[in-house]
Amino acid sequence: MSIYQEIILEHYKNPHNFGTIKNPSKRSSIFNPLCGDKIELEAIFKKGKVEKIKFRAQGCAISQASASILTDHVLGRIKEDLKKLDKDFMIKLLGIELGPNRIKCALLPLEALHKLIT
Amino acid sequence: MDSVSLKSDFPIFKYHPDLVYLDSTATSLKPKSVIDKVSEYYEQYSANVFRGVYEISEKATEEYEQTRKILGNFINSKKTEEIILTRSTTESINLVAYSLGRKIINEGDEIVTTVMEHHSNFVPWQQLALENGATFKVIDVTDDGFLDLFLPRHPEPIRQAQGKLREESSDQRERKNASLDSSVSASWRIPQNDISGLDKIITKKTKFLAIAYVSNVLGTINPIKKIVKMAKSINPKLIVIVDAAQAVPHLKVDVQDLGCDFLTFSSHKMLGPTGVGALWGRYELLSEMFPFNFGGEMIQEVYVDKTVFKPPPHKFEAGTPDIAGVIALKEAIIYLQKIGMDKVRSHERELLLQAFKRLKSSFGEKIQILGPPNKEDKGGIIAFKFGNYHPHDVAQILDEEQICVRAGHHCAMPLHQRFGINASVRASFYIYNTEEDVDKLVRGLKKVEDTLG
Ligand SMILES: Cc1ncc(COP(=O)(O)O)c(C=O)c1O
Repeated sequence: MSIYQEIILEHYKNPHNFGTIKNPSKRSSIFNPLCGDKIELEAIFKKGKVEKIKFRAQGCAISQASASILTDHVLGRIKEDLKKLDKDFMIKLLGIELGPNRIKCALLPLEALHKLIT
Repeated sequence: MDSVSLKSDFPIFKYHPDLVYLDSTATSLKPKSVIDKVSEYYEQYSANVFRGVYEISEKATEEYEQTRKILGNFINSKKTEEIILTRSTTESINLVAYSLGRKIINEGDEIVTTVMEHHSNFVPWQQLALENGATFKVIDVTDDGFLDLFLPRHPEPIRQAQGKLREESSDQRERKNASLDSSVSASWRIPQNDISGLDKIITKKTKFLAIAYVSNVLGTINPIKKIVKMAKSINPKLIVIVDAAQAVPHLKVDVQDLGCDFLTFSSHKMLGPTGVGALWGRYELLSEMFPFNFGGEMIQEVYVDKTVFKPPPHKFEAGTPDIAGVIALKEAIIYLQKIGMDKVRSHERELLLQAFKRLKSSFGEKIQILGPPNKEDKGGIIAFKFGNYHPHDVAQILDEEQICVRAGHHCAMPLHQRFGINASVRASFYIYNTEEDVDKLVRGLKKVEDTLG
């Protein structure tokens, strides 16, 4: 099965929550020097909840789609709950099978998220 | 050369009949004769070498030493004893960096390499310089992938280790795009006796020049013979080590003609087994050098208070080697010799030309090929940027069509930094590739466009 499923391509071509936020509560970024992928997250938290989140990304379709899908998911959720999100969750969320090389791309936004909420 | 019928010599196509293997730069496929030779050793005379007096050990030793001899002939070594069997190009280069480098490099000395090197011919020298307070100089490349030695294009043709990498200007980027045009003939030719570029780089303090024969990304075939001649006329004591990992499998290589001091290559890139590499070195230098590893096989006599080492090559071959691998490498060379290295080269040159033409006619400016724009100065290696698609996505979608290409920095991060990119896609050709493979690559790239939009 191709990893470039409709849903992945849709998010890659028209990413949700793409951009920046003026005066965010917190900002985080992750860089993978091996492939040059880069993700930046910005969020506004209110009462421990993600009120607003935006990302900017440079990288492959998988990492970009993953950032779009993940930011959709976390909107409105409680920070404490987000700390539990892990690799298995990400794989389920994306609904595609990824080899050991590409899983890193899919997990990059999650890594940035964990940095954002610590 | 008939690559289509030649494919039947490579058992992998029995298991993957539609495989389009375009990553021979990373490692080549293996013909049946090589695979059979590995089994032959394990089935018929799997004894250790140089140890037993019994028949099968002698047979193994004989087969093992025969490979050394054939290897020596293959690259026109003066003496068979100048061939050291190692694990890989990487180990061969490290051997020189340790056994000679750590003997002769002192503070204030210089080590010169180029920005197009594979990490294995870059990091050992960088570290040797750092450890000993020597200066590490890196020869730049031009935008079309030639060593920046002879044309006064850039005011500073070299970069020192402490120096900063130059930012890529938009002007440079444009020129790089222009280098795609295969009809443009090389603007770069070395004036026969002009050493004006090189004498800014090589000085009397330079102890090593470490340089690739063929770049594993740009495909550039460096004019090693001329460079060696010029460099040594500036400093006769200079030691030149040539990384020929991408040359020996694809071109006729003659170490005596090149005039270098060391030359390294890997079995697995030339149809042979993994786990075997070679170092060729001038015998006088090899005799002077420290041993590399200490242990069995490399000693003549050992006493409680001292050890006498064997002469080269065995001085550098401690421990039980990859006996089956070494023995089977011989079959790879025999296979290549049957085809003839001139034919190997002309076949790859033809595929390169086809690829240039078809990629350009199908994708125009959208595809940017790194390295020399003409087939004469380039091995069968095409590294490229394809639109704004990430190399990982390109390689992955090609994989869905059973096309194997490499995506990433190909162990040449400094080179990618030089071109202001993190990664590229690389397709490379060898004897078993056909024009149909080039077609399939083009079709695969069209699918990338269709998929990613
Ligand atoms: C130019 C060049 N040098 C060195 C190497 C390292 O070879 P090995 O991994 O066999 O040591 C490679 C292999 O990728 C190469 O292409």
